[in-house]
Amino acid sequence: MVRYEYGGDEFVFVELAEEMSLEVNFQAMAITRKLREKQLPGILDICPSNASYMIRVDPDQLHPDVLIKELKDLEHSVSIDDFEISARIVDVPILFEDPWTHEALMRFRDRHQDPNSTDLEYAARINGFASKEELIQAITDYPYLVSMVGFVPGLPWCYQMVPREQQIEVPKYVRPRTYTPERAFGFGGAFAVIYPVQGAGGYQLFGIAAAPIYDKEQRLPDFADSMTFPRQGDIFRYRSVTKEEFESIREQVEAGTFRYLTTEITFTPHDVIENPKQFSENVLGRLYV
Amino acid sequence: MIKVITPGLQTTVQDQGRIGYYEIGMPPSGAMDKYSYVIANLLVGNDENAAALEITYMGPTLEFQRDSVIAVTGGEIPPKINGQPAPMWETIAVKAGDQLSFDFIRQGARAYLAVAGGINVPVIMDSRSTYTLCGIGGFEGRALQAGDGLCIGSDIRRKISAGTRIPETFIPRFSKSYEIRVLMGLCSYRLTEESKERFLSLDWTVTPEANRVGYRFKGERLNFVPREQPFGAGSNPSNVVDLGYPIGSIQVPDGVEPIALLNDAVTGGGYATIATIISADLNRMAQIKTNEKVRFVSVSLEEALRARREMKDKIAQIKQVISENGR
Repeated sequence: MVRYEYGGDEFVFVELAEEMSLEVNFQAMAITRKLREKQLPGILDICPSNASYMIRVDPDQLHPDVLIKELKDLEHSVSIDDFEISARIVDVPILFEDPWTHEALMRFRDRHQDPNSTDLEYAARINGFASKEELIQAITDYPYLVSMVGFVPGLPWCYQMVPREQQIEVPKYVRPRTYTPERAFGFGGAFAVIYPVQGAGGYQLFGIAAAPIYDKEQRLPDFADSMTFPRQGDIFRYRSVTKEEFESIREQVEAGTFRYLTTEITFTPHDVIENPKQFSENVLGRLYV
Repeated sequence: MIKVITPGLQTTVQDQGRIGYYEIGMPPSGAMDKYSYVIANLLVGNDENAAALEITYMGPTLEFQRDSVIAVTGGEIPPKINGQPAPMWETIAVKAGDQLSFDFIRQGARAYLAVAGGINVPVIMDSRSTYTLCGIGGFEGRALQAGDGLCIGSDIRRKISAGTRIPETFIPRFSKSYEIRVLMGLCSYRLTEESKERFLSLDWTVTPEANRVGYRFKGERLNFVPREQPFGAGSNPSNVVDLGYPIGSIQVPDGVEPIALLNDAVTGGGYATIATIISADLNRMAQIKTNEKVRFVSVSLEEALRARREMKDKIAQIKQVISENGR
């Protein structure tokens, strides 16, 4: 059941489904894109999220009930069958079990479900993997859809493009940490994230991204147009790197020369949903030619 | 130039806010009590979006290096010029070399200092507002520090003469307990009926965790309707599949303490939101301090829009008064 809800007098929140799926994320993407094209006066923000979306309005220009009527029409007229997504495929290098997130997760052991193992060991065990190496393999084997951006500027929620039974799912910390290092790579619910800046957080910590996803000075070429790198609809491939490659990327970042390896792709939701394995191979094939 | 002698507890440059970037996770920031902020600007003849200083709990000491026109509004943090009491809600002329300081706070939480011309800091994503969490906007992305020098800008519309005052009826009164109007909804279906009722009938106490990001309240535990958690949401009954948080929305992580998200809020996350503070009452939220009491009152959308119109009408009347008396 789709829920249309007021968020005070300035927001309308639409929950398309209670549970996460690629289908529902594509649907939110398709509806919000159509709404954007309509350029209705009085709309201040259009925020697609994982299984929902949210609109900020100026109610003096657009009554929330008028907007809701418009959104209900879109719900019925927009279909993901004829929806095409043009997106970037991005290679995102991650150093798993790095010293920085290790220090952070050890410091907050008393807030974790399992104080006696690391976040990675715990996540491997509850997801039925024989070892943490197998979990890392599963995380890096298939690409992710950036299904939502937010929390703080540029944080990408990434949902792996695999069938439900293959999804990795972990709880959030029992009580959130007060510290998470910048660029930490975490997992919570069915989502992988990178923390753009240092701060609080409750996701399981697995590693650290070598390159930034937020650059307020806009020093790196990938940030010429925006302080934030991830965009909803992007496809991220998390790749496990060695300490040596990590150091080399850090040097490029420091020198201001680092660029993400990216390529463009146009696809339909069905390409992904019908055959995720083939889609994934196609994606990786395009990225690492 | 305005020289910062002492910075106060947390003094930041704010304007109407950074609107239109919520989608990338950028909160609006901006003045928390927009009513007081706008009046401060009107009293010095500024553009309504001119940057002003938001002063929290304890005021700064500032030295004006040229003759200026200023106004202080908002929570009662009594201003003094060269040690002598000066009025709030009134246009004041200061001379080069004058020092503006503040007495201890009496009521409310945040005062606004507008200077004719506005505070001139770089515009980042259409706004001069400070967002300290990411170090963006305002004066070097942070609260003021001793030794900073603030430039005065040119966001001025008209000259207002010193001594112009707004009528008493327009000056808000602050107390120690507040009724804050909310629209129930968003994911309120997650709360049990009893907990929804308790949410609206308790007097909640504001905890020390009350800042520009949000306010946390103490009261009693609220309960969620038991369910098998939907895929992707996480295991706690207060978890939902990560979604967008409206400004003013209230969530209750683990059912323990409600949190109202405000101007520097996180824009989304995985906790069920249960209600949203109406826009007219966000101004009043900004004036609430730790240990004060809040009762949430459920209103309809039409009531929320009426309150919003009343607020706008008040500002329009004040504009009228200032333009008649301020010549």
